[in-house]
Amino acid sequence: MGDALAVYGRLVSAAIRSQLQYRLSFVLDVVGMFLVASLDFAAVLIIFHNVPRLGTFSVGEVAFLYALSAMSFALAEFVVGHLDLLNEYVRTGTFDVMLLRPRGTLFQVVSADFRLRRLGQLLQGVAVFVYALSVLDIHWNAGRVAMTLLTVICGAVIFSAVWVFVICVVFWTVEGTETANAFTYGGQFLTQYPIDLYSQWLRRLLGYAIPMSFVAYFPALYVLDKEDPLGLPSFLRFSSPLVAVVAVVFAGAMWRFAVRHYRSAGG
Amino acid sequence: MRLDWELARRGYRRYAAYPAATVAGLFTNTVFGFLRGYILLALYRHRDVVGGYDSADALTYVWLTQGLIATIYIWGWQELALRIRSGDVAIDLARPVDPLRAGLAFDFGRAVYHALFRGVPPILFGALVFDLTAPSNPLVWLAFALSVAFAIGVSFSWRFLYNTSAFWLLHYRGATVMAMILANLFSGFIVPVAFFPGWLKAIAYATPFPAMVQMPIDMFVGKTSGIDVVEALALQVFWLVALLALCRGALAAGVRKLVIQGG
Amino acid sequence: MIEVERVEKRFVAWRKRGALRRERHEVRAVAELTFSIAAGTVCGYIGPNGAGKSTTVKMLTGILVPSSGRISVAGLEPSRQRIKLARRIGAMFGQRVQLWWDLPLVDSFELLRHVYRVPTDRYRANLARFRELLELDPFLQTPVRQLSLGQRVRGELCAVMLHDPEIVFLDEPTIGLDVVAKERVREFLTDANRERGVTVLLTTHDLADIERLCNRILMIDRGRLIYDGTVDDLLARYGAERTLVVDLEAPAPPLDVPGVSSVRVDGLRQWLRFRREDTTAAELTAAVARRARLVDLAVEEPDIEDVVRRIYTSGSDLTGV
Repeated sequence: MGDALAVYGRLVSAAIRSQLQYRLSFVLDVVGMFLVASLDFAAVLIIFHNVPRLGTFSVGEVAFLYALSAMSFALAEFVVGHLDLLNEYVRTGTFDVMLLRPRGTLFQVVSADFRLRRLGQLLQGVAVFVYALSVLDIHWNAGRVAMTLLTVICGAVIFSAVWVFVICVVFWTVEGTETANAFTYGGQFLTQYPIDLYSQWLRRLLGYAIPMSFVAYFPALYVLDKEDPLGLPSFLRFSSPLVAVVAVVFAGAMWRFAVRHYRSAGG
Repeated sequence: MRLDWELARRGYRRYAAYPAATVAGLFTNTVFGFLRGYILLALYRHRDVVGGYDSADALTYVWLTQGLIATIYIWGWQELALRIRSGDVAIDLARPVDPLRAGLAFDFGRAVYHALFRGVPPILFGALVFDLTAPSNPLVWLAFALSVAFAIGVSFSWRFLYNTSAFWLLHYRGATVMAMILANLFSGFIVPVAFFPGWLKAIAYATPFPAMVQMPIDMFVGKTSGIDVVEALALQVFWLVALLALCRGALAAGVRKLVIQGG
Repeated sequence: MIEVERVEKRFVAWRKRGALRRERHEVRAVAELTFSIAAGTVCGYIGPNGAGKSTTVKMLTGILVPSSGRISVAGLEPSRQRIKLARRIGAMFGQRVQLWWDLPLVDSFELLRHVYRVPTDRYRANLARFRELLELDPFLQTPVRQLSLGQRVRGELCAVMLHDPEIVFLDEPTIGLDVVAKERVREFLTDANRERGVTVLLTTHDLADIERLCNRILMIDRGRLIYDGTVDDLLARYGAERTLVVDLEAPAPPLDVPGVSSVRVDGLRQWLRFRREDTTAAELTAAVARRARLVDLAVEEPDIEDVVRRIYTSGSDLTGV
């Protein structure tokens, strides 16, 4: 395990070194990402210019959800964002080269890159987080601080697992990436807002089956000490770590299945 | 004229060649339609009218924008910039075809394909699931269609314009991203311009961007009616002409630079 | 070392039938493939494009799973024990770069050292030896994307051998290289085989590679093994014919020269086929010059395609000596 981490560290630092070779381009990319991400929050602000509350949520509370979602997603994008290139790896034979090496394929694919320019998105999430804190009156204690940190990490894990799960479709069809995007980016958009806004079937599909509601909504209810408009049991607020683990298990199983298919069906 | 038609056909066919990509994009557009629909609906829990829109108007706005995403194509078009960077633009300039006009024709062909296959389906789907509004007056439908046509032109001209930044900027990507962000926000793609705070709304209408999305939609949901429709159409034409003129100028300046520097 | 028993690989392919429907049909890329390669052999694997060579190599290395049959490489089953096998083999595909594109060459070696868990002293020793043999020092610090083809190939050869593989699979390693570079590659492979006992399976279209390196040949065509034997035997039987191409000053009827097995004429140019044991190019040229005035000449060697065609048209599927 430690060895794997060390190898991951080396491979990823190689990728980062490549990216930082073009310093100015990189900085511009980061700034660009920050601004593009800000568009989504501009929408939130404009909405709250027109209404004082979205459901039972105030602008600060929605900003809190948004920030958790944005930071989790940015972290996930750092680590697995380049999976939208899986299609390319397969097409160009790079994936075959990975099958020649004495390491797991998922490990190698994940180690192949690290999207440092998503820093722009992370910073935007942090900015919104700071804004949320300035507007809200949260009664911080050790539990809530830990929960916030844990949530961002678990959220990142959940997003990553979902990404891995849906991107496996490229082993069957060349055009799969765009469809996979609908779930990941759709999921991220969904989690920026309180999920009680959505209809029940949408919540069930994109909130529970694809467990997006555990990225921000449920944990946030705990930190904000807020009553759940959906009236669901409070143990859900602490379930993110378990959900993250289950998501990873599912993603791993799907990957193994997909690669087995690839090795049988041929390049 | 014949050439324009040929180019438009090519534009249509280029995108028709990838039906799987179209379906995938259609799926994404529909998913986001649902998400945005419910988010905006939440505004109407305690109020009947927001920014002059009722809930049916707001939902119609959502599904129209989702349908128009591909048709108007505000996101990420960098073909011209890439051709300028690679030098291929020299080939285009050497041809006896005006690149701006050719691009416009090609884009219209593309827009027709996208309107048919990524525009109509989500709107119909949204109409099935939600209660949308639609104009009762056939003239309004006509005005809407005309408005969308102008919107496509305005969008293309803007894309063409910010792509020409590649003639001068090494890191043109920064400029293109900024240009896209401005267009996205002020066109009313993200939230209706009617929802903007007063000062932001004023800024928006001082730009060509609402002509890309908001104006046709406002005609459709009836926010713009009667003589205002004609006024809006005229305003779209104004922006179209203005942007095209700017494109002309930018292209000429870019060509001059190329010739001088032998780029 | 490598044992292949009645291996078959079937692919499902879809054929379009009109606008919307598709018809499924099966393609047999490889059928009834049986051979075994002993440790320490340098084996050439030849055949026309699309014959099934890369499919075979992919199955041997664990990339593809065979539809039926049994494969054993270094005592392991590639489809089930991919990672374990990967430690003991090396592979290099001429068209695909395995090194890290943006980083200096030596960084790729370092990364591979950790990926393969090569002990430090082995790594240092190997690297030193290969640096010398392949003359890597001048460009060790250069990013791979800036290397010339010849330099890149040498870098990849080093990368392939760093972890002391027992078997090495090479797919067209000399393609596109100049004569000097090709020689270097061949010397390196010979050294690896002789000094370290590395088994080599070499896919190539270059007959000279075969002649210089291989003591064994496998030939595949349309998924089936059509020749399995030594190089000498192959050349003796099928690679014997060369062609003298002459450009005459004036049109002439087909030249009648002893030792020539067939003549083709096209305007001023004539192609004269002859067998090695019947005559030499020099003798033939002199004989032709006595009969007609020559403007130019060239000697064509038989290529693999030629040899394969001959084997195929000879009607027999010879397997083994």
